[in-house]
Amino acid sequence: MTPQTLLTESMLWEALKEVMDPEIPVVSLVDMGIVRAVETDGRNVTVTMTPTFSGCPALVVMERLIAEKMKEVGAETVEVKTVLKPAWTSDWISEEGRAKLKAFGLAPPPVHGGDVNIMLVPTVACPRCDSTNVTVKNTFGSTLCRAIYYCNDCQDAFEQFKPL
Amino acid sequence: MNEQVQQALMERLVAMADDEVILGHRDSEWTGHAPILEEDIAIANIAQDELGHAIIWYELAEPFTGNDADSMAFFRDARQFRNVQMVELPKGDWAFTMMRQFLYDAYEMTLLARLAESAYEPLAEAADKVRREEIYHYRHSSTWVRRLGLGTEESNTRMQRALDHLWPYALQLFRAMPNDSTLIEAGMFPDLAEMRAAWEKVVVPYLQESDLTVPEVEPIYAERHHHTEHLVDLLADMQMVARSLPEAVW
Repeated sequence: MTPQTLLTESMLWEALKEVMDPEIPVVSLVDMGIVRAVETDGRNVTVTMTPTFSGCPALVVMERLIAEKMKEVGAETVEVKTVLKPAWTSDWISEEGRAKLKAFGLAPPPVHGGDVNIMLVPTVACPRCDSTNVTVKNTFGSTLCRAIYYCNDCQDAFEQFKPL
Repeated sequence: MNEQVQQALMERLVAMADDEVILGHRDSEWTGHAPILEEDIAIANIAQDELGHAIIWYELAEPFTGNDADSMAFFRDARQFRNVQMVELPKGDWAFTMMRQFLYDAYEMTLLARLAESAYEPLAEAADKVRREEIYHYRHSSTWVRRLGLGTEESNTRMQRALDHLWPYALQLFRAMPNDSTLIEAGMFPDLAEMRAAWEKVVVPYLQESDLTVPEVEPIYAERHHHTEHLVDLLADMQMVARSLPEAVW
């Protein structure tokens, strides 16, 4: 990094696409819609993020990874702010992020347009065989953001990223 | 914000956080002991969510208390906690745990819907966030109430016993704190009498449909600084590690 180069927001967004979700290492925090805003005066950087589930133990790791990445691309100072508004929704996961989740074996959450209640009935497709002949086994899973399903066609269990 | 409002707000936020941290701890006691593996996973998730919510409320209170979430949870004694007695009662059997969770989740859904409209913007924002997660809790605990209420004679008996025991404690959730009126006037916190009516409108028919009878009993109307003997034991367990190594960095 040459000290003369001033950082731009688009450079920083590109760099943030390389910061992966600690619990789902195939998707970036940008894909997940966790990074909300990036500001810079060319040297100092402020990143605004929002938690998926507020009790998520990975939040502190995410903050650290963001700060490290910003330093790596040349930020002199980094501030990582956490906001709760607007509340994170799984609708913010990008199309690319959804495809990566599915490839990882984690069924992406259906888009619900703001009303999670309607999504509590399973309209989930098996990430392996795409069958919707699935049974919800547990609305809670191995992390706060996952539910456990069983595919009646390929007869295997799978996890879903929960709609929120 | 004047000092009187600050004081009232701090007291309420700490009470909310204390309810969550103590209930979260009680729920966590099932980890490795729940009746089936699926429920072990579910109750551990619920416990973790409640602890996450406790952190949110403690942090909102931090400008007024001057203490961070860890010091509030691990370095205060029983007499300084402001949780209701319901959440500190021993976990009992699965029926007791699920009934308590149901009564509490319904209360929380009622409260959070109102707090999302609070005139104190940071509280409104947090309430809206937490409410979305609580939908999962309410759905889970209410499903268990129905399943066990309408299950076997044994499961129904245990649920009824749990309800008889818990109902008077649950009503303590609707006892006003001394400075609540200041918050209500400021539009920051809802009126608990209205809230109780809204809560009963949800839980009473649901319990009846689950073949359970709401007991006619006097509420346990303790003030929030009065606790049962169980809180001391709970805190001894919950705070042991943090207090053994107060300088440790996690």
